[in-house]
Amino acid sequence: MSVSHTLLALLERGPRHGYDLKQEFDAQFGQDRPLHYGQVYATLARLLKNGLVEVDAVEHGGGPERKRYAITAAGVSDVEGWLSRPERPDLYLNSTLYTKVVLALLTGRDAATILDVQRAAHLDLMRELTRRKTRGDLADALICDHAIFHLEADLRWLELTGSRLDRLADEVRR
Amino acid sequence: MTGEAPRPSTGQAPLLSARDLRKTYGPTTALDGVSLDVRPGEIVAVMGPSGSGKSTLMHCLAGIVRPDSGELRYRDRDLITASDAERSALRRSEFGFVFQFGQLVPELTCLENVALPLRMEGVRRKEAERRAAHWLDRLDVSDVAGQRPGQVSGGQGQRVAVARALVTDPAVVFADEPTGALDSLNGELVMRLLTECVEQSETAVVLVTHEPSVAAYSHREVVVRDGRIRTSAGLSR
Ligand SMILES: Nc1ncnc2c1ncn2[C@@H]1O[C@H](COP(=O)(O)OP(=O)(O)OP(=O)(O)O)[C@@H](O)[C@H]1O
Ligand SMILES: [Mg+2]
Repeated sequence: MSVSHTLLALLERGPRHGYDLKQEFDAQFGQDRPLHYGQVYATLARLLKNGLVEVDAVEHGGGPERKRYAITAAGVSDVEGWLSRPERPDLYLNSTLYTKVVLALLTGRDAATILDVQRAAHLDLMRELTRRKTRGDLADALICDHAIFHLEADLRWLELTGSRLDRLADEVRR
Repeated sequence: MTGEAPRPSTGQAPLLSARDLRKTYGPTTALDGVSLDVRPGEIVAVMGPSGSGKSTLMHCLAGIVRPDSGELRYRDRDLITASDAERSALRRSEFGFVFQFGQLVPELTCLENVALPLRMEGVRRKEAERRAAHWLDRLDVSDVAGQRPGQVSGGQGQRVAVARALVTDPAVVFADEPTGALDSLNGELVMRLLTECVEQSETAVVLVTHEPSVAAYSHREVVVRDGRIRTSAGLSR
């Protein structure tokens, strides 16, 4: 999963301090692996350098200064590009795709389109494997079938998620 | 991996051309503005959840169901204004059909079943059965020629049904869940034989299925949801 794209997309909902961003990330996606603060600040520094975020306020309290970050126009189009691109079908897919779907719902985009784009990418790969299978020998067929069954499982997940988008939207926005 | 699809040229004029098809059944909107072109030799998978309108779309394209509005042409013929007689003549001579099950006449042998569409076209019995035998052979079910549908397995029955759909050398085959009642090995065999046969004859196929592994035999897929074809263009807000 791309932490920098995820943080960027979360910033699209409004400017945030690094601390709040981490809390939000952990609450939404950090079930098995919460972010380290170091990772959050390193990522924000890189995004800042690349012009995808900017510092929109600095607070000088008693302790160290606290920066508040806001997404830039370039940042928004970077998020847009990432969400629109299908993931390469693979076994780690579902957690990335789950993240994309939740972020689309949080940022008011059409999550169903993300699922459609991914289905098309999966079917393209299935076509290719099916062609290889019909041309090859039994060993080819068995290898292709293994991959095809994994793609089928992903596709079932895409279908089911597609029919539960309304409920998921209610839950993640709560 | 090499990704060369044997895809028919997209420059060719469409065989079937549907624009903004609408169909309601009482309060139910089955089709809500569907547009689709099918070109010669093209295998188009129609996917989507149950009740989304896949079969209705197929029945409209095949001239079985008349849409409430929209445009629908087969080659240069207008299927909306054509009479019922013209439409059924067209179905017999230009189209072939494969359904999930229950399409073979139980009283006839498999050979007679495959010969039946030719007989209805007026082909003499001997010639019809000769051509039927050829198609049973292509589908690798010559051995059940003399048996009745009730005596053959589901997989054999579907291959006989495919032979019957192809025996008239149709321009388009309409297949609604053709492997829905088969296990994956038999489903695969039916799809492989069907696609091999149509590839050689430039026959187009409209393939309704919700199984991705079956849709993988198509050249492209359209996804129907709530009576509309979903497009995956752009991430709108
Ligand atoms: N002859 C009919 N009379 C009344 N309603 C119909 C008729 N045919 C279809 N419908 C309705 O139109 C809608 C679309 O049905 P259709 O059979 O096209 O769906 P489908 O996508 O083929 O579903 P499935 O995957 O379950 O076969 C459904 O709500 C269905 O109940
Ligand atoms: Mg149906």
